[in-house]
Amino acid sequence: MAEKPKVFFHIIRERYCKGCNICVAFCPKQVLVLKDGKVFPERPEACIGCKMCELRCPDFAIEVRAKGEEPVAATESGPIDFGVPPEAHHV
Amino acid sequence: MGDTLSYFRQDMLPHIWCPGCGHGTATGALVRAIDRLHLDKNKVCIVSGIGCSSRAVGYLDFDTLHTAHGRALAFATGIKLARPELKVIVMTGDGDCTAIGGNHFIHAARRNIGITTIVMNNNIYGMTSGQYSPMTPKGFFGTTAPYGNVERNFDLCELAKSAGATYVARATSYHVPLLIDLIEKALLNPGFSVVEALVQCPTYMGRKNKIGGPVEMLNWIKEGTVNVKAAAALPPEKLKDKILIGELYNKQEGEYTADYDALIARVQRKYDKFQGGLYGCASNSD
Ligand SMILES: Cc1ncc(C[n+]2csc(CCOP(=O)(O)OP(=O)(O)O)c2C)c(N)n1
Ligand code: SF4
Ligand code: SF4
Ligand code: SF4
Repeated sequence: MAEKPKVFFHIIRERYCKGCNICVAFCPKQVLVLKDGKVFPERPEACIGCKMCELRCPDFAIEVRAKGEEPVAATESGPIDFGVPPEAHHV
Repeated sequence: MGDTLSYFRQDMLPHIWCPGCGHGTATGALVRAIDRLHLDKNKVCIVSGIGCSSRAVGYLDFDTLHTAHGRALAFATGIKLARPELKVIVMTGDGDCTAIGGNHFIHAARRNIGITTIVMNNNIYGMTSGQYSPMTPKGFFGTTAPYGNVERNFDLCELAKSAGATYVARATSYHVPLLIDLIEKALLNPGFSVVEALVQCPTYMGRKNKIGGPVEMLNWIKEGTVNVKAAAALPPEKLKDKILIGELYNKQEGEYTADYDALIARVQRKYDKFQGGLYGCASNSD
């Protein structure tokens, strides 16, 4: 039986992304784009799961997983309240 | 890979580095290598000096030490001697490691002490705004080299090799899978290991030399490097001005703290033969 082709999805940590364009420029399948200065998976169905975007991202802002593979605890993980903008901490 | 973020102090993220700074990529590569080896977080100690690169330890959820400029290896040597069972990792910049810390680097390599050193080489002093470093290529610009650097090119990996390091490798923030593999192998080497990670500093190196932003810098790094395995088959004219990446040296030799422990055991045995043991012997020394 032929293996079902894997489908990949992207975990984006928008708060970490600095819009440097590295992942977008070097993606072999032009999956990613910048939208309002943040990374966005525009064509996720074309992703081949090479993970180069994940490995090259200097800000740990993007991860790629195969659907049904490893579960991911949270999109924005950690004990941080993401409802609070970072500027709010600088009084 | 499991959850990358579990190795970070998430309350410190996002980090302070500029958009597209290669230090983040090199730090991510280290974390992934540690994850592959399933190292116990409590048995890893990461030490750094001063510089943008040295800020890495502030984001890593291990026991970490942010020390004085150029002195990371000196502190790391102390830690390794006191607690040889720990995995001691040094994260340092090209300025930190080759200029002010060059002496410590030579002696750590000479002793073959079990420390894994990751040199995040961006060819410039980033933190202090773009002065040239010993690793700035000839002819390149910096704030202290406004007419181009006149000093000759310097190969840190060659220095490491000749000073006595037992594992020497180089990769880049473009070739990340290779970088992870090499760091993994370096972590497994019992003696002194050096992995030079060529990374981009778009803010100073990129701007001062009109290379461009992060993407253009990564292309510049990609074009300037050749894998050692591929280089073996290439004619010398194609290798002109190219930097070799990959595993450059790997040889097993006696590790410093292991040899030191063996010496302590030998001396202890010798003195235990005296009546009253070591203390009796010491107090009867007149
Ligand atoms: C004893 C001492 N001398 C000088 C400085 C100033 N200083 C801080 S960082 C730095 C250079 C760092 O360059 P590098 O190690 O290449 O790191 P980068 O910032 O490029 O990552 C210098 C000279 C200092 N902090 N302490
Ligand atoms: S590489 Fe990382 S920080 Fe840069 S645009 Fe992509 S996700 Fe954002
Ligand atoms: S995993 Fe590869 S193909 Fe998929 S988005 Fe990332 S770089 Fe592109
Ligand atoms: S100045 Fe250069 S080395 Fe420092 S954070 Fe910015 S890009 Fe990175």
